[in-house]
Amino acid sequence: MDDRVILKVGAKILIPFILLFALYVQFHGDYGPGGGFQAGVIFAAGIVLYALVFGLDRALRVMPFKVAYVCGALGVSIYLGVGFVAMAMGGEFLNYNALNADPAKGQHYGIIGIELGVLVTVFGVMLALFYAFAGRRRIDP
Amino acid sequence: MDWIGIVTVVLFVLLAVAGIAVIRTRNLFAAVMLAGIYSLVSAGLFVVMDAVDVAFTEAAVGAGISTVLLLGTLAIVGYKEAKPDHQPILPFFVVIVTGGILVYGTSDIPPFGEALNPAHQHEMVARYYLDKSYDDAHIPNVVTTVLGSYRGYDTMGETAVVFAAMVGVLLLLVKGPLPKRVHHHGRWIEVPPGTTRDEMVARLRAEADAEGGAPDREEDGDG
Amino acid sequence: MTAFGLFNYWAVIVLMMVGFYTLIARDNLVKKLIGLNIFQTAVIMMYVSFGRISGGTAPILFSHGDEGDHAAEGDHAADAADHAVEAVSAAGESLSSAGQAAYAATQEAVHAAGFEAYSNPVPHVLMLTAIVVGVATLALGLSLVIRINEAYGTIEEDEINRMDLES
Repeated sequence: MDDRVILKVGAKILIPFILLFALYVQFHGDYGPGGGFQAGVIFAAGIVLYALVFGLDRALRVMPFKVAYVCGALGVSIYLGVGFVAMAMGGEFLNYNALNADPAKGQHYGIIGIELGVLVTVFGVMLALFYAFAGRRRIDP
Repeated sequence: MDWIGIVTVVLFVLLAVAGIAVIRTRNLFAAVMLAGIYSLVSAGLFVVMDAVDVAFTEAAVGAGISTVLLLGTLAIVGYKEAKPDHQPILPFFVVIVTGGILVYGTSDIPPFGEALNPAHQHEMVARYYLDKSYDDAHIPNVVTTVLGSYRGYDTMGETAVVFAAMVGVLLLLVKGPLPKRVHHHGRWIEVPPGTTRDEMVARLRAEADAEGGAPDREEDGDG
Repeated sequence: MTAFGLFNYWAVIVLMMVGFYTLIARDNLVKKLIGLNIFQTAVIMMYVSFGRISGGTAPILFSHGDEGDHAAEGDHAADAADHAVEAVSAAGESLSSAGQAAYAATQEAVHAAGFEAYSNPVPHVLMLTAIVVGVATLALGLSLVIRINEAYGTIEEDEINRMDLES
């Protein structure tokens, strides 16, 4: 018999809402408090909760270590990529006015793009840090 | 004094109590929990001071991830703090003098909350952002616009710093030599000094292949 | 609110010194990092205090709300000034009905300065990044503590010093 039924069922109910809330924070960041940093941390917190309740090796099967640190690098690349796309379209580095014929729209697209980069980086880094600390004294093949 | 002032004073008192309790307790687990409480209360204080984005980040990062990382460290290094063998007179003196100098320094700072303070009046910074950011980007949250667009370089550098910190932690904890004993399939095994994780994983795989058949998987969850 | 004067800064300095004392007086490395965290949060509070305007509100332009790009672009350009005036007067009404005479004077000063009653967003942006970098440095410090513990078997600074001197 499983001795942590309430904890596991409670976590299973909570985790989807935590992940959904992270996406809400990300995409509502333009209109209210929130943005890539907070969303990334909340998304990572959902996975951390899963690892705390169901065990680190099961969490590593859901979201492998490699995914975490590759996300950390990928987000920085997305951020830089937005800057280079702006350059390719005739503006300066990270000048979003060039991204669209309407400068205000271009700004909006640029900010959405870099917020996505920040989300991916912060999510990956926070999760990789947790895995590194929690998995320090164990070897999971 | 209005209600904002009262709330501010109450929150500051709570913060001071939590901070002094961190100094006094010798149980590191209690100290970590008090640090989490401190972060959460300071998030409340940021809301009172209109910094909703900062409050959100502090609640998620300071009270959430920091606490998890500190607990993960305590699980490895232990919960007890040794009794100090000397009275810290000199640090106390240094702190009192530094605090006194800082309080003296505040006499030059413009009063708290005045709209005409110089920080709010520069034409190309705060006033520009508040007046023009909606026309520039059509985003109501000024903090998002400043973070992403006007100060995009800051945020880029900051993302890179976070990434660099991750690289540092992974080099120290994942790629570096393993501790003397590691947990593997429900038992503790000794590690020869200086062995890295990759070498140990290769050795364990070879042993498992030699024995024939993988050992039983055992589910155990510790943070 | 001017009666408050410098209280906020002094309270922040007290918290800062609590963190500083933990940092320099305790030998335990984890305790030092917690003290560093307290110190850092106090510095963040200091900056946020600089950005506060009494009677102001969070720097989210509420006159534009959630409508975003849905409304016609020309509408916004034309209405922007009206919206701003409405917003300020609405804020003034709701707060003065709460009986804040001092607020009205501040509000006039804000008007005279050509400034809406939003708190300064610049410190918020700077501190947002500072918090995330803070947790990154905390993680790096903690991983150093773990490695020190594995090498010396202790995280008390004086014992580590003694071992270094003996060897």
